[in-house]
Amino acid sequence: MSAVYALYPDGESAQRAVNGLRAAGFSTGAITVISGEPLEDHEFFDVNKSTWMWYIASAGGFIGLASAAWLTRMTEVAWPLRTGNMPIVAWWPNMIVMFELTMLGGIVAAVVTMFVTAGLPRRRPALYDPEIMDGKILVGVDNPPDAAVVERALTVPGATIKRT
Amino acid sequence: MSEASARKLGDDLLRPLLRTSWRFYALVAFLGSIVLTGLCTWAYQVYNGFGITGINNPIFWAFYITNFVFWIGISHAGTLISAILRLVNAGWRRPVTRCAEVITVFALMIGALFPIIHLGRPWLFFWLIPYPSNRQIWPNFRSPLVWDFFAINTYLTGSVLFLVLPMIPDFALVRDKATGVRQKVYAALALGWQGTPKQWHRLESAMSIMAIAIIPVAVSVHTIVSFDFSMAPVPMWHSTMFGPYFVAGAIFSGIAGLIVAMAALRKFLHLEEYLHPVHFQNLGKLLLLMSLLWSYFVFAERLTIWYGNESSEVAVLNVTQKGSFAPLYWTMVVCNFVVPFFIMSIKRLRTIAGCVIASFCVLIGMWLERFLIVVPSLGHKYLPYAWGTYRPRPVEIIITMSTFAAMTLLYTLFSKFVPIISIWEMKAGEHPSPALFPAATREHALGETHA
Repeated sequence: MSAVYALYPDGESAQRAVNGLRAAGFSTGAITVISGEPLEDHEFFDVNKSTWMWYIASAGGFIGLASAAWLTRMTEVAWPLRTGNMPIVAWWPNMIVMFELTMLGGIVAAVVTMFVTAGLPRRRPALYDPEIMDGKILVGVDNPPDAAVVERALTVPGATIKRT
Repeated sequence: MSEASARKLGDDLLRPLLRTSWRFYALVAFLGSIVLTGLCTWAYQVYNGFGITGINNPIFWAFYITNFVFWIGISHAGTLISAILRLVNAGWRRPVTRCAEVITVFALMIGALFPIIHLGRPWLFFWLIPYPSNRQIWPNFRSPLVWDFFAINTYLTGSVLFLVLPMIPDFALVRDKATGVRQKVYAALALGWQGTPKQWHRLESAMSIMAIAIIPVAVSVHTIVSFDFSMAPVPMWHSTMFGPYFVAGAIFSGIAGLIVAMAALRKFLHLEEYLHPVHFQNLGKLLLLMSLLWSYFVFAERLTIWYGNESSEVAVLNVTQKGSFAPLYWTMVVCNFVVPFFIMSIKRLRTIAGCVIASFCVLIGMWLERFLIVVPSLGHKYLPYAWGTYRPRPVEIIITMSTFAAMTLLYTLFSKFVPIISIWEMKAGEHPSPALFPAATREHALGETHA
């Protein structure tokens, strides 16, 4: 895989580079931005924000709840021993197990969704530069049809342009 | 964040990982030897049976269950506080959260070990796990001990994930800074993290969901630990307020544990630029609040029992306040109320040293509180001819001490292999979004600028 990218010292210059790539005809999805921290206050950071994670976590919680309800009731009915003058199927104590498994289901579903949608784990991609961890912001394009066009678009003051 | 600031932040916080002094090995060897002694003592206890402990009829629960409740309480320092601060977007949380979350994970592990140590035959611990035996008999889900299994495991799973997820970007940073085998190990741990906007958004969404989920789980854990006591018809246990009383005590002791850990990290890892006095002052205020809340619960509980004048409960009340347990009881009151109240309510005394002194007192006081809940009640149940007393034996004392060494050892090793302050969160705090931080307070600033 080939790529052309540039490293920028701050969010403003990275934003200008992203705008330049868009003006050169690249769609937002074709532009890669990588940073060592979340850059909430820049427009280029707002891509791919929407997620189904909240709904999936809720579904995970519901599965946990239903599993716990089934498990507690099934085991109490399987050996119907009266304990502490409680009914055979005692929902008050069962609710504790149901609560814990609801929360566990929600947490596990959220984490699995995070890993799947963030593409983790993965082998280290080609488009990456260790300088990102020193505060630089990478803006680039994977497999560009015309590398010269990308380089022109990425050329803003303070940029270091690289090819892989 | 400027490149120079980012580099300095990385260098400062990665220094403990990349450089090792002889003091680290000496400390690990010292703590390791105590932990090893504890393990050997446990093996000795397993071999000889419970006869070598002070546990007897009617006091079947003593040091081990005291330690269980104490360590589960300490675990409330981390994930709960971190989750609350994360949800309210408190800027000063950034250097504190990971220090706190680690305490939760290790304290839960140590706490969960005690019911197993308390088993005469610890190799049968798996009987607690909900699976059908060969006669298709399941554990009884109406037992509080089985609720413990679910609560502790849910909290432990959630806390581990809550700790590990934000570590992934920091592992990527170490991967890019380290060399040789270390670089390979951190590359594997970083899971191929790049830092695209999508990855950051997913990470933050997952952290938000987990922060919301983990708060009620944390509250439920210590409520369920309190149910181990309050579901039993034992004098001074069978109380409706035990749930909130235990939760308040847990958060109280947890904050104290966090302050002590942060002070040690600040001193030994030279993190003065990141862990500021304001962090200790803020936690000190929380400690004061929890001290008052804990005192309120103790007063409400004891007044009700004294006023009700039910003979078996008054017997326990008297033995703790005027009888053989009185020295421990009044030490507990001094440690949990008098000392923290006076130190934390006077601004001039709310220094780092003051916070640490108050926190040490609270840790001692809260351990005594757990002991005074467990032992006097069991020793003074409804029938006076069945009353008993308890003296801890060396095995129990050694095992208890070794768990404190184990906690310190695990914390030391963790801070050696993982940045103890979240580097990416510190960087993110350098340029907070105006929408998220409309007013820049001094506390925000201290949490966010340090270079």
